[in-house]
Amino acid sequence: MKNKLSRLTIPYVIWMALFVVAPIIMVVIYAFSSADGGFTLSNFAKMGTYAVVFTRSFKLAIIATIICLLIGYPVSYIMSKEGPRFQRIAMVLIMLPMWMNFLLRTYSWMSILENNGLLNQLFQKIGLIALYNNIFGTDIQFFRMINTQGAVVLGMVYNYLPFMILPIYSVIVKMDNSLIEAARDLGANTFNVFRRVILPLSLPGVLSGITMVFVPSVSTFAISKMLGGGTELLLGDLIEQQFLGGAYNPQLGAAISLVMMIIVVICMVVMNRFGEGEEQAVMM
Amino acid sequence: MSKELIRLRDVCMAFDDELVLDHLNLYFNDKEFLTLLGPSGCGKTTTLRIIGGFATPTSGDVLFDGVRINDVPPYQRQINTVFQKYALFPHLNVFENIAFGLRMQKRPDPNDPTGKRMAKIPEEEIRERVMEMLEVISLKGFEHRKPDALSGGQQQRVAIARALVNKPKVLLLDEPLAALDLKLRKDMQIELKRIQQQVGITFIYVTHDQEEALTMSDTIVVMDKGTIQQIGTPEDIYNEPKNAFVADFIGESNIIDGVMLRDKCVKMYGREFPCLDGGFAENEPVDVVIRPEDIDIVPVEQGQLVGTVTNVTFKGMQYDIIVDFKGFKWLIQTTDHSPVGSRIGIKIDPDGIHIMKKSQYSGMFGDYSSFSEEYDELDDASLAPDEEESGDEE
Repeated sequence: MKNKLSRLTIPYVIWMALFVVAPIIMVVIYAFSSADGGFTLSNFAKMGTYAVVFTRSFKLAIIATIICLLIGYPVSYIMSKEGPRFQRIAMVLIMLPMWMNFLLRTYSWMSILENNGLLNQLFQKIGLIALYNNIFGTDIQFFRMINTQGAVVLGMVYNYLPFMILPIYSVIVKMDNSLIEAARDLGANTFNVFRRVILPLSLPGVLSGITMVFVPSVSTFAISKMLGGGTELLLGDLIEQQFLGGAYNPQLGAAISLVMMIIVVICMVVMNRFGEGEEQAVMM
Repeated sequence: MSKELIRLRDVCMAFDDELVLDHLNLYFNDKEFLTLLGPSGCGKTTTLRIIGGFATPTSGDVLFDGVRINDVPPYQRQINTVFQKYALFPHLNVFENIAFGLRMQKRPDPNDPTGKRMAKIPEEEIRERVMEMLEVISLKGFEHRKPDALSGGQQQRVAIARALVNKPKVLLLDEPLAALDLKLRKDMQIELKRIQQQVGITFIYVTHDQEEALTMSDTIVVMDKGTIQQIGTPEDIYNEPKNAFVADFIGESNIIDGVMLRDKCVKMYGREFPCLDGGFAENEPVDVVIRPEDIDIVPVEQGQLVGTVTNVTFKGMQYDIIVDFKGFKWLIQTTDHSPVGSRIGIKIDPDGIHIMKKSQYSGMFGDYSSFSEEYDELDDASLAPDEEESGDEE
């Protein structure tokens, strides 16, 4: 019986081998190859040139993750305390944008944030821009919003927020209410119930939320291209350029990908350690 | 006589339109082991939650030491609860679970002459009190285990220790033994009673298991449909049930229609039986309770009644036999074997007969016609945790 069932996993194993394991191996091989196919470390030697891009990518991804956490945790918490009807509606509202194509969503943000986009037109209509000019003695026609780091972070937060909310929500909503009652019974006020019971118990959800927001944020290229206007080059853009752009150099692209992957893995390991440590720290 | 500690005055509780507690009046004495006993949905858990502060009554007052505490939140009450499913904190080990309440406490700083500054309990004292508690529950050496590395009985005891370490005046226990197997449950009953006597505080215990209630309680409150059916000592409740519901719920009972001819004489099956009860009107219709163990089997010619055995079940210590007396089936517990189909006579001593006034429950209980099915149900009920009632807590 067990053998028969385990046979069902064969297609998946083949799939994984072909489309996950093999490409990673290819990335590793490419990263250590020169253009003519020989072994070389020169791809990694160039990495220093791109330190700025690495720093910027990680900085923006960290900011986006923190904002997602600050918005996502309270939303998940409040949602889980409401009635089932509220929860269903809120869940649909959170998922709704994800039913639309990712690029389409990001394009809409372009037309909202553009110099003569929706927001700037609105500001003009309500006289906000004139007011700004009066106060600061400037003479601007619009607020510059698109093609800034802020716009890129906004795009990341907008696109990845559901990935923060869902895991945290699912952990909190499953939490046994009698644990909270027990804490109250033992003398904990609302703050202590949260700090000593709800927060430590929701940590696994927080950790997976952070992972699910941080990893796609750090490697995104569409968002920075569309909302950052290419001026704020991120790792994703850099890698894309090596494979598809004018700077065609797949060996270098593979090396950058590999370094990024390693940094992300290190970040995750440290995060999970920190998570376990936090659990201990709460007990102190 | 111990003094009164908690009083419920005219307490009503309604969920939506359903009245769960109907003008409940009840008081609890200091240092008493009191059990709220009743079937699922009788309102016993709701009563407990009102005392614990997890539910606010729709109307009526809750008094603690004479002070109204309706609006006092749970963490300010000198009451702690042992929850049905233990509710141990899974992220904390045994020591930290027990220490939780102590870490939440603030009390006047002994080093502050004005006595206004509040301080936490020092770490050494927490350690001392937790270790003391571990001793009480016989779990020394387990302090570093996480709850999921403990057996059900051990988790149960940690839950009790976690509540008791705060030195509450009252401990509320919500079916704490429901999830344990039979053997462990019996051990824990004795253990709980011992702990209660050792720490000397009030225990208010909720259960649907009549045997548990009889074993541990000083006082039993039998509830049904949000009202109190009877309050008394285990002996009172068993020997002098007030109505057919109580008689049926506590132990096994044959409940027969009778007529009280005069004091100390009741008529059933057209025969007069001497009994010890009085104070009824002449010819008042009554319910007659006869416990299965109070019936003696005698030869047919000596019997006050004669019936036919229709079913015999071996129970280990005794046989449960079902005897048909003119269409009404009785349960009799006896050590003698009587084969199915045989005619037997029975004799009942006057002190084996208990007379009850007619009530809304008359005619609903006490017939063993559907014996086998009913027996199965009883067995199920005593094993299944009280799910239905926990459902109405929202």
